[in-house]
Amino acid sequence: MSIVLIVAERQPDGQLRKATLHAAAAGADLAAKAGAELHLAILAEDPAPLAERLKDCGAKVIHTLASPSFAHYLAETYAPAVAELAKSVGASFVGAAATAQGRDLLPRVAARLRAAMASDVVGFSGAGTDIVFTRPMWAGAVISDVKLKTAIKAFTIRATEFPAAPAGKAPAEVTAFSAPAAPASPTRFVDFKEVKSARPELTEARIVVSGGRGTKGDFKEVEALADELGAAVGASRAACDAGWVPNDWQVGQTGKVVAPQLYVAAGISGAIQHLAGMKGSKVIVAINKDPEAPIFQVADYGIVGDLFKVLPELRAAIHGAK
Amino acid sequence: MKILVTAKRVEDPESKIKVKADGSGIVQEGLKYKMNPFDEIAVEEGLRLTAKHGGEVVVVSIGPKDVQEQLRHALAMGAARAVWVNHPGPLDPMGAAGLLQKVVEKEKPDLCILGKQSIDDDQGQTGQYLAEWLGWSQGTFASKLDSLESEAEKAKAPAIELSADGKTLQVVREVDSGLATLACSLPAVVTTDLRLNQPRYASLPGIMKAKNKPIEELTPAGLGVDVGLQVEVLRMSPPPPRKAGVKVGDVQELFQKLKNEAKVL
Ligand SMILES: Cc1cc2nc3c(=O)[nH]c(=O)nc-3n(C[C@H](O)[C@H](O)[C@H](O)COP(=O)(O)OP(=O)(O)OC[C@H]3O[C@@H](n4cnc5c(N)ncnc54)[C@H](O)[C@@H]3O)c2cc1C
Ligand SMILES: Nc1ncnc2c1ncn2[C@@H]1O[C@H](COP(=O)(O)O)[C@@H](O)[C@H]1O
Repeated sequence: MSIVLIVAERQPDGQLRKATLHAAAAGADLAAKAGAELHLAILAEDPAPLAERLKDCGAKVIHTLASPSFAHYLAETYAPAVAELAKSVGASFVGAAATAQGRDLLPRVAARLRAAMASDVVGFSGAGTDIVFTRPMWAGAVISDVKLKTAIKAFTIRATEFPAAPAGKAPAEVTAFSAPAAPASPTRFVDFKEVKSARPELTEARIVVSGGRGTKGDFKEVEALADELGAAVGASRAACDAGWVPNDWQVGQTGKVVAPQLYVAAGISGAIQHLAGMKGSKVIVAINKDPEAPIFQVADYGIVGDLFKVLPELRAAIHGAK
Repeated sequence: MKILVTAKRVEDPESKIKVKADGSGIVQEGLKYKMNPFDEIAVEEGLRLTAKHGGEVVVVSIGPKDVQEQLRHALAMGAARAVWVNHPGPLDPMGAAGLLQKVVEKEKPDLCILGKQSIDDDQGQTGQYLAEWLGWSQGTFASKLDSLESEAEKAKAPAIELSADGKTLQVVREVDSGLATLACSLPAVVTTDLRLNQPRYASLPGIMKAKNKPIEELTPAGLGVDVGLQVEVLRMSPPPPRKAGVKVGDVQELFQKLKNEAKVL
């Protein structure tokens, strides 16, 4: 039987990255269409806790790859191991979530396997080996259907387009895979500077409040509304580039893709590269003093006005209703 | 240090991309083209590194004759010479990486700097394929600790640091929830993120000088690379439209709508 192999991701704190659950759901969807089995791969110093966490999310088999060299993620150590595993089980599809790690790793795995790859996949169609991958191009101005012509096919999936795999499925068989010793990595991990936040994770949050150049660097009102709503804070590229807020807050083509229940864009014009990261939100609110700003074309509710007046008023209204 | 940088020709990111009615591609009329924005950042970083450590920047582009415009632009920014791989047809990341691998084997650079993604296909794969096929270190999504408004940026200092012995690069990467730093042994492949630097404009003297700088022409056949597509685009379509929204008069109305109509509060 053909196999869909999904690579799980660990956060620097050792916890499962939630996007993995979305990748598992995407893998299950693909496996159903391809008539394949879903397998997961976990690489870690000690993969046991993650294997336990993922045991009942729908995979048939979980492969654990344990090595001290997997303590810190490096494409140069992970890719050979994943590729060996894929070859050894005879996987026809190898994928992961389109996180920073997934985007770094999967093309290197694909290169080792001489596999063609589709990035940021939003859907699968077709059947058997004749699978079509749907993915955005030109910052989402175009949606394309692509076919990968190599025997093994690689992909990353856009987490917002697939639900998180539910727990409670039949338990997976957990089996250890020992990859042959890889040559010394030409790359060494030096350090990781985490941007800590008490707020929910941008890509997981139910509500996101974002600010752009219109804030002129003053994010106080954006953050205050976010905190009133228990929301995550996002930003446009202009705000990140200026160094006003952490890079990690950028929403868009080259930042995070979010699809919350509610997205509030304050002082953001609505360039296509920004829309690429938030167009999938259920409800979009735009606050902009320019009535012609393109953001209004995608907003469910638009308000023309000064964000420094609108945001505190909205916060007061919400607070008052509590 | 010899640095190979890439300069892909893409649609201007400001242009409005429309899909042809038959789904076979995008409407070309009226489009402007320029160097992939990430590649401009790659050229800039290469120039800053060679300004500091000596050496030269060689720029490569794969595409039809038109890509010479982008090569000339990189030469005007300050690259020493250019390599044009003449390939008029469509290309996927495996094809691009295969050609670049051969160019690297010919040129033997210490470092390749590519963009993290092309803004047309948005694949973000070529650099990693190239690094793997060369068996080199990879530092993707290179960024820096300082912002684009910092003094270091104003001084046009390279963000990528070369070790004292000249053997490793320190690359700061934009990843989820923070910045990761890697030490990449040379030779290495680096791909650029947006905040690595602010690329320079080509100066008038730069543009004049570029006219006399050499562009070497190569072909996939000459390099012995089969660029047959492994990623085949079957059809393109416009994204599903969002239904038109409304403008509200004041904050109270907005609040009521969010609470009672959209029910998201
Ligand atoms: C390759 C590439 C990739 C990119 N990737 C991304 C990406 O991932 N994410 C992203 O966001 N951008 C991205 N961009 C940049 C994008 O093209 C825009 O330049 C950027 O989104 C603009 O940010 P902005 O809306 O904050 O600023 P602007 O376009 O300057 O808009 C500011 C808005 O604020 C409004 N305003 C000003 N003052 C006030 C006020 N007091 N109250 C209310 N409104 C006010 C103005 O009317 C204006 O509409 C990318 C660009 C390129 C070329
Ligand atoms: N035709 C090409 N010519 C030059 N460089 C290219 C070409 N295609 C891809 N690249 C490089 O590879 C990077 C990533 O491209 P992609 O994998 O297509 O997103 C780009 O930013 C370029 O630096």
